[in-house]
Amino acid sequence: MIEVKNLRKSFGKLEVLKDVNAFFESGQAVIIIGPNGSGKTTLIKTILGMVVADKGEVIFNGKNIVNDFHYRKDIGYMPQIGRYPENMKIGQIVSMMKDLRKHNTDVDEELLHQYDLPSMYGKSMRTLSGGTRQKVSAALAFLFHPKVLILDEPTAGLDPLASEILKAKILKSKQEGRLILVTSHIMSEVEEMGDKLMYLFEGKINFYKTIPELKFETGEDRLGKAIAKIMKEKLHA
Amino acid sequence: MRFYFFLFLTALTALCRANVITLCPSCEINDFAKAIQSAAPFDTILVKPGTYASINTIINKPLTVIGEHYPIIDGQQKDEVITVLADHVSLIGLDIRNTNLGSLKDYAGIRIFKSHYTQVFRCHLRNVYFGIYISDASHTTVKDNVTIGADYAGSDRGNGIHLWKCDSILIEGNRINNHRDGIYFEFSKHCTITNNLSANNIRYGLHFMFSDYNTYIRNTFRNNGTGVAVMYTDYVQMYDNVFEDNWGDAAYGLLLKDINSSIIVGNTFRNNTIAVTMEGSSRMRFENNDFIKNGYGLKIMANCESDTFRRNNFTGNTFDAATNGVLVNNLFAYNYWDKYEGYDLNRDKIGDVPYKPVSLYSMIIEQMPYAVILLRSFLVDLLDRAEKNIPGIMPDTFQDATPVMTIIKR
Amino acid sequence: MLKIAKYVVYDILRSKVLIAYTLFLLLISFSLFGLESDPSKSLVSLMSVIMIIVPLVSIIFSTTYFYNAYEFIELLVAQPISRNSILLGEYFGVAVSLVVGLLVGVGIPIAYYAPTATGFVLLLSGIALTLSFASLAFFASVVTRDKAKGIGVALMMWFYFSVIYDALVLAVLFAFNDYPLDKAVIGMASLNPIDLGRIMILLKIDISALMGFTGAVYKQFFGKSFGMIYTIGVMLLWILLPLLASVRIFRKKNL
Repeated sequence: MIEVKNLRKSFGKLEVLKDVNAFFESGQAVIIIGPNGSGKTTLIKTILGMVVADKGEVIFNGKNIVNDFHYRKDIGYMPQIGRYPENMKIGQIVSMMKDLRKHNTDVDEELLHQYDLPSMYGKSMRTLSGGTRQKVSAALAFLFHPKVLILDEPTAGLDPLASEILKAKILKSKQEGRLILVTSHIMSEVEEMGDKLMYLFEGKINFYKTIPELKFETGEDRLGKAIAKIMKEKLHA
Repeated sequence: MRFYFFLFLTALTALCRANVITLCPSCEINDFAKAIQSAAPFDTILVKPGTYASINTIINKPLTVIGEHYPIIDGQQKDEVITVLADHVSLIGLDIRNTNLGSLKDYAGIRIFKSHYTQVFRCHLRNVYFGIYISDASHTTVKDNVTIGADYAGSDRGNGIHLWKCDSILIEGNRINNHRDGIYFEFSKHCTITNNLSANNIRYGLHFMFSDYNTYIRNTFRNNGTGVAVMYTDYVQMYDNVFEDNWGDAAYGLLLKDINSSIIVGNTFRNNTIAVTMEGSSRMRFENNDFIKNGYGLKIMANCESDTFRRNNFTGNTFDAATNGVLVNNLFAYNYWDKYEGYDLNRDKIGDVPYKPVSLYSMIIEQMPYAVILLRSFLVDLLDRAEKNIPGIMPDTFQDATPVMTIIKR
Repeated sequence: MLKIAKYVVYDILRSKVLIAYTLFLLLISFSLFGLESDPSKSLVSLMSVIMIIVPLVSIIFSTTYFYNAYEFIELLVAQPISRNSILLGEYFGVAVSLVVGLLVGVGIPIAYYAPTATGFVLLLSGIALTLSFASLAFFASVVTRDKAKGIGVALMMWFYFSVIYDALVLAVLFAFNDYPLDKAVIGMASLNPIDLGRIMILLKIDISALMGFTGAVYKQFFGKSFGMIYTIGVMLLWILLPLLASVRIFRKKNL
């Protein structure tokens, strides 16, 4: 579905991505983890075309994304902090997104309803709490039946109930054969949702393996420990 | 009184004695020159409608020539059309056309030379080089005529009404168009010029030199190439004239060069590049004039002195005044300046602080003419405001210490 | 692009800043026309105000709006919409709003008091300045990432075009006073949209003063149809060049 090849990106002197190569398949949930500043968000944004790579390419469905924007109609993106025109109301934002994506019928409003957002359509964005904004962002990401979902720290800021709803939605989408790319810090979530795990460290892929593979190679049953073990081995090697 | 009565009787008897000769294309007398020749002094020639050739017809005896419905007196572009060499000639209601247009000689529609008490009434002159050319004459009356300069290639044109060494001439109610100078005087005195319209002439609407003691009343000088320029003359009186729409490279409403001891009252200067510019002009009195929407209101060279400016209105001018140096001994008082920003605390309708009509920027333009491109820019605004708070840059001599607060009603 | 512009306009029309700007212009226009019986004189005063206020508000408002809409732009960039459309949409939204403010705040009073060629040219210059300073604002916004810095750059640009540039022109004129400078001055005026806008109006209002002296040279140039086309052409460049530059930069910008 998505292939990244020899991706390099620096901001000024700071090298953020150093030759990243990876392939993401449909029907999988890939969790990208790594310490702050390891390049997770930059990688996501490069795939989204929000950041333009210095070198290398992103192949989406067999096509290079350079100078293309149409491929993004197959992507739903939930940013870390979703901010919207402050003067608009929730309902207006939803209809605006439909309008902008020229996608009015056959939309996936499941999350919208699960989060009970239609009852708040008249509320202006300025008055919303951070959590409610995240709900709006999540609902928008799934709205257009995208083949790929890119979620940047999706559960941060959501209350436990809302988190569960989102996770259920993610699992369901995966079963429908979509690709889901998630950045996260929360190991339990990773274990719940993820099929593959990518560990980014200082702009390089430290490892990129399925979760059963990881557990098998390390012999650890708990994912957290498995990761810690691998890190230690890498350090010594 | 008795003398005048006698004069009246004499005139009456003369008139009774005079014959009337009728001239028409189908008459026995059908040639304009022959009609003049055959007439006796003080006869009247009645010219019926038609076209009559007149190659410099000379009138050398007192005659009255009256046209009926403007008969055409055609010079056929060969010479002048009519030359008057006698006294007491009256030309009335003729349509005089087509002088020679070469510039070898000052060909005129009507030339009046060494003639006294001659009158030109209600004549139309068109396609003429000079219109009415009067020299060494006195007591001529030129009234209600229209003269339109020849419209041929190049800018070589003659003057509309031209006076040379004349005395006591009345020029009234004429319309002058398309000439070089509308009205031109040299060495002419005691003349009255009133109610004329001099417009669209390629040089000056009015131009005079060395012509003292003349009076100009209620004339309009409009849209002439370079406005009105008058020079080297004393004791001029100008009342209630209108100088307007004279714009161009070096156009003036009124250019005064070495004009002294003259009175300029009640005139309107509107839409001129420079309403009034003065060089070497002293002891002038400017009163009750309106300066409206001119580029410059007054431009006074530093060689002007002892001039007074009272009760004039200055409205909508880009610059109210400009000068090239320090003015000495000129008085500005009780004028209305629309740019005045002072106050009147004691409510006597006179501003409590003086008004300085010369701005810093106008001084800059004087030195660096190209700077006119910055007109009305924020920078210029800042400069002029700064200047108001830093006294000393601008000459103190050029100020109205008693500016009135409201526009002066006429 | 037009859809984005539409949403930007909705967003701005609901903010109080644009309403305040419009009311301010209305207040100034009506008081200038009301206090003065001669409308052509009011136009002159109005011109002075417009030449300062319109570029200032346009550049500051546009820069601020761009930074405030940064997250929204981020959101749009992740959608199947081209970057050109996003930036141009934002630009047209901001520009249209400012122009509407100007049309209401100045256009209505002019239509009421002075529906003359001069009034029309004044309004036209105002619109051109709005568009070109919004364009400059977008340029300032895409080259700087930091909001405070961006607004600083925008303010500097305004100050440069309003005051510093003309002071430089004056200095050049002073230094080369003895040389024929007419072409140079026309060239220098072209390098400043405010000067161009001002000259467009001056040719209508102060025609007579301009014509005296060297003004004749300017009049000859700007007054003829070639000069008019030149002025409009250069004005369009002042709108298009910064805008195209910002589009180019924005296309490669990392968000």
